[in-house]
Amino acid sequence: MSKPKPKIKKEVVSMPKQDSKERSHNFSEVALGYTRQQAVAEAERCLQCVKAPCINGCPVDVDIPAFVNLVRERKFDEAIRKVKEKNSLPAICGRVCPQEEQCQASCTLGKVGDPVSVGRLERFLADWERERGYEIPRKSASRGRRVAIVGAGPAGLTAAADLAKLGYEVVIFEALHKPGGVLIYGIPEFRLPKKIVEAEAEYIEKLGVTIKMNAIIGRLYTINELLEQFDAVFVGTGAGLPRFMRIPGENLCGIYSANEFLIRVNLMKAYDFPKYATPIYVGEKVAVIGGGNSAMDSARCALRLGAKEVKIVYRRSRQEMPTRAEEVENAEEEGIKFKFLSNPVRYFGDERGWVKGMECIKMELGEPDESGRRRPIPIKGSEFIIDVDTVIVAIGNTANPLIQRTTEGLEVTRWGTIVVDEETGKTSKEGVYAGGDVVSGVATVISAMGAGKRAACSIHRHLLRKKRMQQRKGS
Amino acid sequence: MYRIVTKRELVPHINLFEFSAKEIAAKTKPGQFIILRVDEKGERVPLTMTGADPEKGTITVVCHEVGKSTRQLGQLKEGDCILDLLGPLGKPAEIEKFGTVLCIGGGVMVAPLYFQAKAFHETGNTVIGGIGARTENQLIFENEMREVCDELYVATDDGTRGYKGLGFLEGLLKERKIDRVITMGPVLMMKKVSELTRPYGVPTIVNLIPIMVDGMGMCGACRVTVGGRTMFACVDGPDFDGHQVDFEELMIRLKMFTPQEKLAFLFQEEGGRSL
Repeated sequence: MSKPKPKIKKEVVSMPKQDSKERSHNFSEVALGYTRQQAVAEAERCLQCVKAPCINGCPVDVDIPAFVNLVRERKFDEAIRKVKEKNSLPAICGRVCPQEEQCQASCTLGKVGDPVSVGRLERFLADWERERGYEIPRKSASRGRRVAIVGAGPAGLTAAADLAKLGYEVVIFEALHKPGGVLIYGIPEFRLPKKIVEAEAEYIEKLGVTIKMNAIIGRLYTINELLEQFDAVFVGTGAGLPRFMRIPGENLCGIYSANEFLIRVNLMKAYDFPKYATPIYVGEKVAVIGGGNSAMDSARCALRLGAKEVKIVYRRSRQEMPTRAEEVENAEEEGIKFKFLSNPVRYFGDERGWVKGMECIKMELGEPDESGRRRPIPIKGSEFIIDVDTVIVAIGNTANPLIQRTTEGLEVTRWGTIVVDEETGKTSKEGVYAGGDVVSGVATVISAMGAGKRAACSIHRHLLRKKRMQQRKGS
Repeated sequence: MYRIVTKRELVPHINLFEFSAKEIAAKTKPGQFIILRVDEKGERVPLTMTGADPEKGTITVVCHEVGKSTRQLGQLKEGDCILDLLGPLGKPAEIEKFGTVLCIGGGVMVAPLYFQAKAFHETGNTVIGGIGARTENQLIFENEMREVCDELYVATDDGTRGYKGLGFLEGLLKERKIDRVITMGPVLMMKKVSELTRPYGVPTIVNLIPIMVDGMGMCGACRVTVGGRTMFACVDGPDFDGHQVDFEELMIRLKMFTPQEKLAFLFQEEGGRSL
């Protein structure tokens, strides 16, 4: 007798969200997360494929079918333990990973309906654990070796967690006053509450990692000075240098880089000014230049800070936007407008030096460029003017240059990113490893974490080899 | 937490602070700055350093109470702590043997200028100092400057002490061979100094602290146009060639948050109750 075929549930269990009208005026989290019942119902949709194509889509190799199955069995504590075998920042990843391009892209269920919401389940488990108190995993015995990590962003925190679990003494040097990197200064509260970043950073500290704040490597200590005190160094300084278009009028008042705007709002809590002392100015008509996550985040922050009209001006079309799909949807629901195939060419100011308008040019799409996306080409004579009083330039960032400028013998590309062996994260300098956006240029949180993991693994191998060699010499 | 080891009122509303910050003290060079944050809700405030004592493990800044955050700092006492202290930031000043170096400072910036004048003096330069303030009783660091300068000119905007305005400068430029000018003070003053030295072709260095947030090259708030190119004062500076700087743009950008700053000040006056 053949077993009855289980019925495939094609539709995803939707996640409750704050009403769009209400949320466009506050900084509270938009997505509210699954309840237990919703999580179990969503987990029950998983087909438990033997080949598990989802795992190949995950840069840190989380055993997705296994943890989803544990959710289905309501064994939440075992499920989160399974996730954390590979991912030390699950509450963050569950919220900001572009799952639709990663694990969920290759989900078998996605071929007949909606893929399993891996991200939402991960988020559910992480929140479930955080509310109950973290379980601290067993660590290896101390190896008497020290590793320095530069930058407390996703790459650095992940490398630190893995190395600490392996028994290394790890010190993270962070230049800002809070750990998290882009998670704390870049991603807004309504998408990733700061208390979650703080909690996950605390978890990393509970693994025995020391995080030293206000410590800017390249000025306070050079990499060579760190190498005198540590057995290896991992550089995860990210891509924090904002790009500008170098067009006339770009330094007028009212024109911010996305970084400045987001640092003021997120890290310095300018949305709570004057209770928090850092100010922010947002006018009535805001234009955000760019089509990435920072553009979307800046636009939605501007709206919440009281702008009447927020437009995203992007030089390609909707299909090429490198943004997380859920956030484009959220932004549209909140009332953000899009102006595709347009690019600013210059800004106009008023007599006080404030921006009041921008001239844009229409674009058409040509052949694909190195990024695989169709290249935008300006259409001659198609210039038009948009009235604006605030502009946020969100056209991307380049690698932070301080370490590169102050470290002799560190090979760097012409874009300023650090050259590494992709498999190991090894740089041209002995004992120095690097990963995340400072190597790849702007990418995702999870790919930075993947790089942190690979580097941690090769630092471990490198130090074991070094130890064996020393022992051989000694005997 | 970083402790205030010494606090001294130099003149009303201008205080000298010596902070315990061993690691920063060991690395500080003239021309560099720090960013501090008084408490959790505070702004990141950039201040050019006035000195560092690696042996004692302290750094010194002089701060003028001009807005909410600087006033909050001014209210702290010896033994109190501030939450964050980041540094040393920015490129160190170029200290070499140039010959005769003219150091011109105004207002609160005379204090960090002293740090450079001292270094030039120790490097064997002939150092001519020119210090000024709005009025006589606002003048700071006169004795300190006298110690490291071969000659010292004192000026005030209202003529209550010494020369009136920059009157002494023209004569000096005409009569003496000056190899380099360093100027630190209000933007308008640095602009005037740069304009005066331009016809004489004397290299003139200005120290710029525009509006900043992170101070490590991330936000771009501190962008200044120098020789037609956009630079970030925090990492490309803070020292720039005064003959190349677009001072007009800088002065406009410095006023960008003036309405908000007034609001924050009022909020503080009210003890944070209203609004």
